[in-house]
Amino acid sequence: MVPISWYLTLSATLFAIGAVGVVIRRNVIVILMAIELMLNAVNLTFIALARQLGSVDGQVVVFFVMAVAAAEAAVGLAIIVAFFRNRESVNVDDLASLRW
Amino acid sequence: MWTDVGIAFAKAFAAFMLILNMSAVLLWVERKGSALIQDRIGANRANIFGGLLPFNLGFINTLLADPIKLLMKEDAIPEGADRTLHFLAPFLAVFPVFVTFAAMPFGDVLIVGGREINLQVAALDVGILYVLAMSSLAVYGVVLGGWATNSRWSLLGAVRGSAQMISYELALGLALVAAVMTYGTLDMQAIARAQGEHLGGVLPLWGVIYQPVAFLILLIAGIAESKRVPFDLPEGESELIAGYFTEYSGMKQATFMLSDFAETVVVAGLAATLFFGAWQVPFLARDGWHLPGGLFLAMPHLAVVGLQVAAFTLKVFLLCCFQILVRWSLPRYRYDQLMDLGWKFLLPLALANVVVTAVVIVLWAS
Amino acid sequence: MGTFAFLLLAALLIGSALTVILHPNPVKSAMALVATLFLLAIVFVLLGAHMIAVLQIIVYTGAIMVLFLFVIMLLNLGDEEAATEWRRRVVLRGLAGTVGGIVALQLVRLIAGAPLGRMVDAPEGYGGAVLVARSLFTDYVLPFELTGLLLLVAVIGPVVLAQRGGR
Repeated sequence: MVPISWYLTLSATLFAIGAVGVVIRRNVIVILMAIELMLNAVNLTFIALARQLGSVDGQVVVFFVMAVAAAEAAVGLAIIVAFFRNRESVNVDDLASLRW
Repeated sequence: MWTDVGIAFAKAFAAFMLILNMSAVLLWVERKGSALIQDRIGANRANIFGGLLPFNLGFINTLLADPIKLLMKEDAIPEGADRTLHFLAPFLAVFPVFVTFAAMPFGDVLIVGGREINLQVAALDVGILYVLAMSSLAVYGVVLGGWATNSRWSLLGAVRGSAQMISYELALGLALVAAVMTYGTLDMQAIARAQGEHLGGVLPLWGVIYQPVAFLILLIAGIAESKRVPFDLPEGESELIAGYFTEYSGMKQATFMLSDFAETVVVAGLAATLFFGAWQVPFLARDGWHLPGGLFLAMPHLAVVGLQVAAFTLKVFLLCCFQILVRWSLPRYRYDQLMDLGWKFLLPLALANVVVTAVVIVLWAS
Repeated sequence: MGTFAFLLLAALLIGSALTVILHPNPVKSAMALVATLFLLAIVFVLLGAHMIAVLQIIVYTGAIMVLFLFVIMLLNLGDEEAATEWRRRVVLRGLAGTVGGIVALQLVRLIAGAPLGRMVDAPEGYGGAVLVARSLFTDYVLPFELTGLLLLVAVIGPVVLAQRGGR
């Protein structure tokens, strides 16, 4: 069995990749996908530490994170579809109407 | 350790061969059987030895000539199609269907050389969830198959197909939940073993006796999942040519058709495992025959194992033949009728079944 | 053998994650994310959490990513056009990547310094459905019920949001 710190390092890398993805992409759907990537990196951390401590609580938290991520993805995509109907674009720069 | 790897490989190979060969046999049964039902001859062009028999069984045509033809055909990719996705879609259509068979037990234990081999490729403690997971992966083959070809009729078929598949997954999952509640475990080998009891020593207590409604829901939802008639609007043979796999030729089309038959086998395998006792032969236990009336006949171990594996294969084959019969007997559902059936009939029925099962289990336990 | 499996999975994971954030075509990004989530499920199996791995496939790859793909195809999104010419884009992305690398490095430093201790032996039935279900229905029953309510809202909300013409 590989030491747990390796799994945590992998999780940190995926999280950083997701964070960079949110910053550099301008397509709102790809930004949502990068956020899902970050959520999954956190799931990996929970599962790795749950295995380290032999506890079931980590798995239960991951269960909840998955349910919440599903709800958030559904609502977020509905918002994007509604926006697209109005502005014909999923570019983040075009969705900045609340900015000063 | 290498013996374990070898045994695992042999089991995986056996399961793979089972599903592949069953698909091939079913292809022949479908072509000749449908010909019989429709009062025509079917495939009879390829003949060997100039016609030994007065009629042509169609073996050479179906099992040899057609596959060779499909292998040799040009792989035409339409203009504007996405080449990577066009290449990936058939793989995604067929991969989840094949790996589902890893969770199904095709026998009890095989005791060889002091080693107990569990005749199940992957002894998963969450076997039924695994089956659900793989059937939800099958949607990607449909969605990508329609999208990758840049053709509007394919896209139409793909959208219909994926919406149908995810709708019927709910009813399928709830039917499986009822079966899981009855046996109290997600492990398919444990469920298979639990169906070995006999009522009064005579009636084999298979799952279908405990959960007839769940069996019907599973069968209907399974046929809808594999997009066979009467639910084959995504393929829509009279409207969309071939729906989501229109623009695929040669081996890619053969792969899509293979996924159709393989999914039939998987649905039949699932129904056989959960509701017909998988490899259980009535009155046959590990050591021999326990016939009603107290008669006991000892059987050698290998004969018992052989009988059980044969029983599983036979049950799967009969359920597949039933699905083929249904295909050639019923007309196609219109799309709104299809969605109504899935959401407004099967889903409430499956939920009601779960509630009734729960009530019965609680009352029985007290 | 376990080390080799982990290293292979890690390499594939990082490769597909980079494809998600770098590929201009959103459909290919979505498929790369599907691959990432599937590989993560395999990593979960390596860590012994079988049920969570299978749930990951059912929920994430089987439902959420299908939803993503549907929306991308419904909106008929093509490749993402570049806002600025490619030299400036490369510089900006390099900058973002460097910052991301620094973040990752700090996290790794945190992990390396953490007193993790020895891994305990997995309790009986770890990773199966029974332990998680027991915990869900006893210790975590309130979050469980609230999640059910949340999912109900998530079913009704998008139907209302995505309606045409504000009916």
